[in-house]
Amino acid sequence: MEPILKGRGLVKRYGKVTALDRCDFDLYPGEILAVIGDNGAGKSSLIKALSGAVIPDEGEIHLEGKPINFASPIEARDAGIETVYQTLAMSPALSIADNMFMGREIRKPGIAGKIFRKLDKAAMEKFARQKLSDLGLMTIQNINQAVETLSGGQRQGVAVARAAAFGSKVIILDEPTAALGVKESRKVLELIKDVKARGMPIVLISHNMPHVFEIADRIHVHRLGKRLCVIDPKQYSMNDAVAFMTGAKVPDEAQAA
Amino acid sequence: MSSQTTTDNDYESASAGASSDVASFEPHRKGFVGHFHDMLHTTPALVPLIVLVGAIIVFGLLLGSKFFSPFALTLILQQVQIVGVLAAAQSLVILTAGIDLSVGALAVLSSVLMGQFTFRYGIPPAIAVALGLTVGTAIGALNGWLVSRVKLPPFIVTLGMWQIVLAANYLFSRNETIRSQEIKAEAPFLQFLGIKFQLAGATLTLGVLLMLGLILGLAYALRATAWGRHVYAVGDDPEAAKLAGVNVHRTIMSVYMLVGFICALAGWVMIGRFGSVTPSASTGMMGNIQSITAVVIGGISLFGGRGSILGAFFGALIVGVFELGLRMAGADPQWTYLLIGVLIIGAVTVDQWIRKVSA
Repeated sequence: MEPILKGRGLVKRYGKVTALDRCDFDLYPGEILAVIGDNGAGKSSLIKALSGAVIPDEGEIHLEGKPINFASPIEARDAGIETVYQTLAMSPALSIADNMFMGREIRKPGIAGKIFRKLDKAAMEKFARQKLSDLGLMTIQNINQAVETLSGGQRQGVAVARAAAFGSKVIILDEPTAALGVKESRKVLELIKDVKARGMPIVLISHNMPHVFEIADRIHVHRLGKRLCVIDPKQYSMNDAVAFMTGAKVPDEAQAA
Repeated sequence: MSSQTTTDNDYESASAGASSDVASFEPHRKGFVGHFHDMLHTTPALVPLIVLVGAIIVFGLLLGSKFFSPFALTLILQQVQIVGVLAAAQSLVILTAGIDLSVGALAVLSSVLMGQFTFRYGIPPAIAVALGLTVGTAIGALNGWLVSRVKLPPFIVTLGMWQIVLAANYLFSRNETIRSQEIKAEAPFLQFLGIKFQLAGATLTLGVLLMLGLILGLAYALRATAWGRHVYAVGDDPEAAKLAGVNVHRTIMSVYMLVGFICALAGWVMIGRFGSVTPSASTGMMGNIQSITAVVIGGISLFGGRGSILGAFFGALIVGVFELGLRMAGADPQWTYLLIGVLIIGAVTVDQWIRKVSA
């Protein structure tokens, strides 16, 4: 099977620091691929290269077999790759609906939209409310409340709902459950499974081993700026995974990437 | 799982009786101050509006019909028209977390260009005005490019541009003033925005109407278009806006270019207001401070992303009301500045309080 998203020999340097060192990456259709690694292993740089937020110095990325060169997150998004960043990328002073539609606002039909470029707030609010209740975020009452008035978990929920609503080929989730309580984490995990059931491939970056082992189909272990190995969560324990990513244990030749 | 379902069922039955208690608890916790705080948080322009109405009422009671008349109240509008237009421009920049110190100088340069193009080169006045607006937009674009692409702080860029534009203005005009009678006789179009008309005792000028139209137009654009939402998002957190899919560079460029254009419009308003064209108009030095004052009193946060342009307009009007009211009351003009100083500090204090999300 051909990977839907493929990276080969990716290199990214920041001054003297090499964040990505000839890194490879494969995401297959319909799977959840977890990316794990120690702090500073280069997970974030890898994800940013895939989502257009940083431009790799070397290497190539293919989406559905076609080479791509994203100059910005907007281009990646237009190509169907939707990302939830760890920082969530939300404007705190703006409303939930404004944030969900940031950069892809819906305009009113007819003259109001074409000439006066008026936004169709009613349509955007309805859509946003629908997506939030799909996620089970019923504790949010007012879709027009500023994002800064939400709890950390609610903000995460809005960001995940935004990605799930608009992603068409790949969804990348960077630490989606890090700021969430037990119940909210459960909801996000259920949502991730839901999205997968619709056939959408997902890249999940997480430090939470129980979450990773619960939902991932394959686990990409990142170490020192490159892919160390890819393991099957059914054949390895969490201890093995942690040992690989910290360098306490070296994977067999067979599993090495 | 089955054991958990039974505990869930227990939850449901237990909470059924308690729900009414929770509802009555809500308003008690928030209280009047809490609701007022919520209201200000969603509509920050309310604070300057309350101050403005309060000031008009106080001066109206003190001075009677001398102040509280259509004539005096519309006189305030005429007196603030230049600052009002500049404050509209300043608001846009400050919403993107920038600041523009060159607005006043840019207005003066544009008025001089419009005058000199007409009188020195014999260009038809309408085209001279269009050229002035074009140059204003171009200088705004240069500011925007330096801020967005070269990544210089807006304070530095516009501090420099202020000096450059003001000096260019003196050099180009050779420090010559074009007198009002000359303009009236040969190129009345330059004074177009000074045309007055009466309306039930009120005196309005086209410049005032332009200011009102501009403020309302920008308020609409900021509130109801994608561009407006992007301006707020960029001012709030440019990094987040970029990741969320906003073209930050284009947004910043559009803001600075629009600001240059509006400043040039202010230059045209100046010709209508003063009648003459002079490179040493006080707007060149004072316009920046006056516009920033209006914006700050109007409750727009200097950190960007918060506030409304209507607030800035109310801020400009508050200054106008204080100036006229205190003058009519025969007070030393220094009292005006003293009170405006108090208002600036008060406005920022209120802003800090509003920004505290949970009171």
